Amino acid sequence: MRNLLIFLWKRNLFFLFLLLEVISFTLFIENSYYQKAAFINSSSSISGSIYQIQNNIAEYFSLKVVNTTLANENAHLRSLSTDNYLKINNTVFTKNDTTYKLQYQYVSAKVINNSTNKRNNYLTLNIGKNQGITKDMGVISSRGIVGIVKDVSDNFSSVISVLHKDSKISAKIKKYGDVGSVLWNGYNYRRASLIDIPTHVPITRGDTIITSGFSSVFPEGIVIGKIIDHRIESGNTFYTITIEFSEDFNKLSYVYIIKNFFKNEQNDLEKKTQNE
Amino acid sequence: MNNNLIIINVLRFFALILLQVLVLNNIQFSGYINPYVYVLFILMLPVQTPGWIVLISSFLLGISIDMFSDSLGLHATASVLIAFIRPNIINILSAKEAFVAGAYLGIKYYSLKWFLTYALILVLIHHSILFYLEIFAFREFFHTFLQVIASSTATLILIIIGQYMFYKPIK
Repeated sequence: MRNLLIFLWKRNLFFLFLLLEVISFTLFIENSYYQKAAFINSSSSISGSIYQIQNNIAEYFSLKVVNTTLANENAHLRSLSTDNYLKINNTVFTKNDTTYKLQYQYVSAKVINNSTNKRNNYLTLNIGKNQGITKDMGVISSRGIVGIVKDVSDNFSSVISVLHKDSKISAKIKKYGDVGSVLWNGYNYRRASLIDIPTHVPITRGDTIITSGFSSVFPEGIVIGKIIDHRIESGNTFYTITIEFSEDFNKLSYVYIIKNFFKNEQNDLEKKTQNE
Repeated sequence: MNNNLIIINVLRFFALILLQVLVLNNIQFSGYINPYVYVLFILMLPVQTPGWIVLISSFLLGISIDMFSDSLGLHATASVLIAFIRPNIINILSAKEAFVAGAYLGIKYYSLKWFLTYALILVLIHHSILFYLEIFAFREFFHTFLQVIASSTATLILIIIGQYMFYKPIK
């Protein structure tokens, strides 16, 4: 026993090294699994507030781009308004509507930290639990999808970007409705690949890819990007498709978080079916 | 270590964290170059610093960077490893060139060639571990390798520029 203690003491540095490495590595592995909650990340209050200060300064430099984007979006929304449509039938029809029930609600948020240059990218948003944000909500921008909320603190939330090695978005081709998955392979933040599209579908360059609405995270029909390249590798029954994201993730400033009021119902049912 | 030296090192610790997360983490050149200059803190700790202080401060440094980049444990693993092998590298390099045990490791007390070799070895090891752990697979081996080389070069250039900005070599 005494010899063992002497041995340990002589090699104390090595054991301290081993201990610290085991701690770091465990934290790393624990934290790596997709959407697993962690205590320390950029939604924690210290780093959250520092990023908030940095963003307050940096946002002045992108005001012009932000204004243009918001103006474009306003114009688009305005064109959708019913005031723009000619009334053909003047019979007043009050709809006390029970056919429609609100499923998705959008909450606007500001991006206060963002990256596109890593293999696994994350964003930090300036709203959190106090504003009703919870884990696993979808995040989109006016131009396309952005990511999924990974973690929330009282006033900040941390989002796993689409630019992440574990991200897999259920998508479909708008024109034909065939469903596949969008994966990011890490080389270029503007591009991703679309898999599982069978070769009999007559796709062409420029076809729009939208969300399928199968996962409870994103509603159907949100734009993901466009096909810029497709080919069939010999012996394969699926296309190899490259798409370009409609959103430039480097310029993100305002995003919307999607609340799905029927998410639990859908998830519970699906889980129940799978377990049987 | 006297008090003055402790204060300087503590200040350097926080200054490098802020520089890394507020400035350098936002730099993007084609997705290949991500300089991690914060390792300079570990490089510059005085030779006579007790081993446990080097290890624990490197761990804290790595964890702090991780907090800001949502990569809990990644930078800590790489930092603790280079902190542990640092004395061995210093011993091997010092066998070739005699040196004065200076107040800290930098070009003020050591020749540029000595410091560059020393920094190159540690930065390369640190960046390799960082990038390969981040992807956690060898399937993008070549792509990751390019990232390691490009980012290490950028880190080294920034470190050397920093050395000449803040410390003048003793002739």
